[in-house]
Amino acid sequence: MPFDPVMAERRFGVGLSPGRAAPGSVAAMLDSLAGPDAMARAWTIPPYERAEPSRATMRARALAVRDAETEADRTAAMEARSRMRMAARELYARNLAVEMARSVDTHDGLRERLARFWADHFTVRALSGGYRHLVSPYIEAAIRPHVTGRFADMLRAVVTSPTFLLYFDQLRSYGPNSPRGLKHGRGLNENLARELLELHTLGVGGAYTQRDVRQLAELLTGLSSSARRGFHFRPGNAEPGAETVLGEAYGGDDPALDDILDAMEGLARHPDTARHLSRKLAVHFIAPDPDPDMVHAMADRYAATGGDLLATVEAMLTHPAAWDDPYRKVKRPVDFIASGLRALAVPPDRIVGAGRRDVHHLLRVPMRVMGQAWQAPVGPDGWPEADSEWITPQGMAGRISWAMRAPERLLEALPDPRDFVHHALGPDPSEAVSFAAGAAQTRTEGVGVVLASAAFNRS
Amino acid sequence: MSLSRRDVLIRSLALGCSAAAAPLVTPVALANAPWEGRLVVIILRGALDGLDAIRPHGDADFAALRPTLGGGDDPSGLDLDGFFTLHPGFESLHPLWQAGEFGAVHAVSTPYRDKRSHFDGQDILEAGLPGLGGGGLRDGWLNRMLQLRGGLEPEIAYAIGRERMLVLSGLAETARWSPEADLAVSAQARQLLNIVHHDDPLFRDASADAIEIAASLELEAERAEQTGAMMQADPMMAGVAVNTTHVQLADFAASRLRGDTRIASFSINGWDTHSQQDQGLRRRGGMLSDTILALRAGLGDVWGRTAVLCLTEFGRTAAENGSGGTDHGTGGAMLFAGGALRGGQVLGDWPGLAEADLYDRRDLMPTRDLRAHAAWVMAQMIGLNRDELEQVIFPGLEMGARPGLLL
Repeated sequence: MPFDPVMAERRFGVGLSPGRAAPGSVAAMLDSLAGPDAMARAWTIPPYERAEPSRATMRARALAVRDAETEADRTAAMEARSRMRMAARELYARNLAVEMARSVDTHDGLRERLARFWADHFTVRALSGGYRHLVSPYIEAAIRPHVTGRFADMLRAVVTSPTFLLYFDQLRSYGPNSPRGLKHGRGLNENLARELLELHTLGVGGAYTQRDVRQLAELLTGLSSSARRGFHFRPGNAEPGAETVLGEAYGGDDPALDDILDAMEGLARHPDTARHLSRKLAVHFIAPDPDPDMVHAMADRYAATGGDLLATVEAMLTHPAAWDDPYRKVKRPVDFIASGLRALAVPPDRIVGAGRRDVHHLLRVPMRVMGQAWQAPVGPDGWPEADSEWITPQGMAGRISWAMRAPERLLEALPDPRDFVHHALGPDPSEAVSFAAGAAQTRTEGVGVVLASAAFNRS
Repeated sequence: MSLSRRDVLIRSLALGCSAAAAPLVTPVALANAPWEGRLVVIILRGALDGLDAIRPHGDADFAALRPTLGGGDDPSGLDLDGFFTLHPGFESLHPLWQAGEFGAVHAVSTPYRDKRSHFDGQDILEAGLPGLGGGGLRDGWLNRMLQLRGGLEPEIAYAIGRERMLVLSGLAETARWSPEADLAVSAQARQLLNIVHHDDPLFRDASADAIEIAASLELEAERAEQTGAMMQADPMMAGVAVNTTHVQLADFAASRLRGDTRIASFSINGWDTHSQQDQGLRRRGGMLSDTILALRAGLGDVWGRTAVLCLTEFGRTAAENGSGGTDHGTGGAMLFAGGALRGGQVLGDWPGLAEADLYDRRDLMPTRDLRAHAAWVMAQMIGLNRDELEQVIFPGLEMGARPGLLL
């Protein structure tokens, strides 16, 4: 099947919108991706380095409470800490609202989907509730700028991100023969090395061995972060000597960050990485069992361009199998809600201006009931792809409830369901959905039944 | 939900879309409740520090190990039996202790050793197996128990809350619901939903099940109201905030357990107290206490036939660490409550806290597999025999002698 604008939005974007024309061709989609990131400018999320309260601020506030010498100082310090915590909660809620607003406002929906895809690929979770507001800033700094660039650059950005290193316990990994390792009797923590190979690059079926995990773990020692200094390389933690990962030797007697970054380049260029990432993209966007010929074409393109992700996406979009009928994926709750807001044309400034409580009740709690606690997946492998993981009775109850209740709390006036069915599903909705939209007794139920329909929930 | 009832539902819808007002399903009452006892399994994720919840004040080594966590001349703990004291966070359970409805088993653990990973530890706890094995976990021990009994309606067991509970997952059908997912749609909207899902079996089945569960809960609304009233009337609930997630889970569980449900499981998270444990345990202890008080109030007469087991993946280090907390350990405590159990006592063989008595010279030495206690409770309440318990439900377990926790 050839290019179809409705499919371009529903399968590769964040859904149809009554106020945003669907792209007219694959070339138009690629042009948007190659152009500037308009949504990041219009609806800002502070990148990690500028997000407040930062880890440094949080540490300073905690120390001020601890070190207060008088009762009055202590009270003042505690008040300052409370204000900081409130600011963190506000930012966390705003981050979610902005993520939704970008999806509603964009002409470049594929970029939003790619940002979520790669953020999920490099999943992190805040170590405690106090740091939740820093997850979006991590994504904004380390991932989003690279979704149309080179995979190696994204990989290098994440392994030098404090949030990522903390999540994988890398700060507790010491070269056994490093000065600090010897002094404190500390050793390696293989966690990050294993996940980098298994999840982030070659994939679980990739051609690596336990020896590669071990060598990579040794090579990664020295990656560090602190509240005060942020990311830094600590040679005193780093294992001396060269390490051989997947047949390539990195580093020498003087441990250096560049050796680690070179190794990231090597992992990114590995043919198993090309295959793993290409297949994962195709599974995410198109089907659980994507056309092998399309996956090959994507992996070839990835390899030929040195891991250029825009070229890889182009190989997917220009392959005929990308446009096969029918829709075979289920929207994740975050995409379900984003596309619902988009179809309803909820004004983006209204979403961003919503208070913390509304964000909580209209977005966060419903997502949780649907099975996707925002930015808090269980493990480093991120959210599941299988339809059956999402469309459970409880998950479905969450989708139906949101569809029936949220729209009237988001809009002054609901659209006529007979129009809305076209806003949401395009010019040719199925007869069943058209009938149901028209047969409802109230606008609320008519709009709700369209949003809850299988057709709207698939992508 | 069972296929047969789903089929009935689908057939009833196929008759036509005009019968808008009639309720779509009448929940099938269990013809015969297969046993009377109620078992509530609460998973405390994050690893509860048993040594702080139930403090061995009488142990000569305790004070030195826990200088800021109850080991000093801390007046805040409540005396239990002259040897153990109760962390003040659990204060509101003290009257239950005195009434013989709350107690603990100390120095227990699952068979999990050494790696001290939360995720592996919880998996082993819920799978009820001696180790993780290689092939992935198929099911949880409560589900294997239901598989053995067979022929039960899914409502016999409820996994409550938004998380998947491995302990109840498996081949035997069980019900799973979160009180957060309250689905209220009109009869006509239900009809329309069925139309828009008709051609997509995944959506059709899931939403039919969702509507069916919600409808059956609606028909039980009277009982839920009753639960609310019972909780309100109970003087012990005076200090309990009822609009919290954990109390709502307890409320939902109590409503089900007063009906046909016999097993309920949910989790309370946040026990991983690496720092500022005193505050952390006050908060979590308060949550767990509120939960137990709410179950008691909401269950009414049924409380007398109820056993509540609070299980955690492992204990924490015997010594407190440098940040006013404790790190991942091995042996710990199982808290229990309910009128079906013999509370007012701390059970278990106390191994002592001298360095040589510790596991790995750092953790409380487990002196019994906590699965043995769960097994004995099920043996008595549900009438399972030793072979079933030691071979199928908890493979590799030696139940040993009957512990003193059963009435």
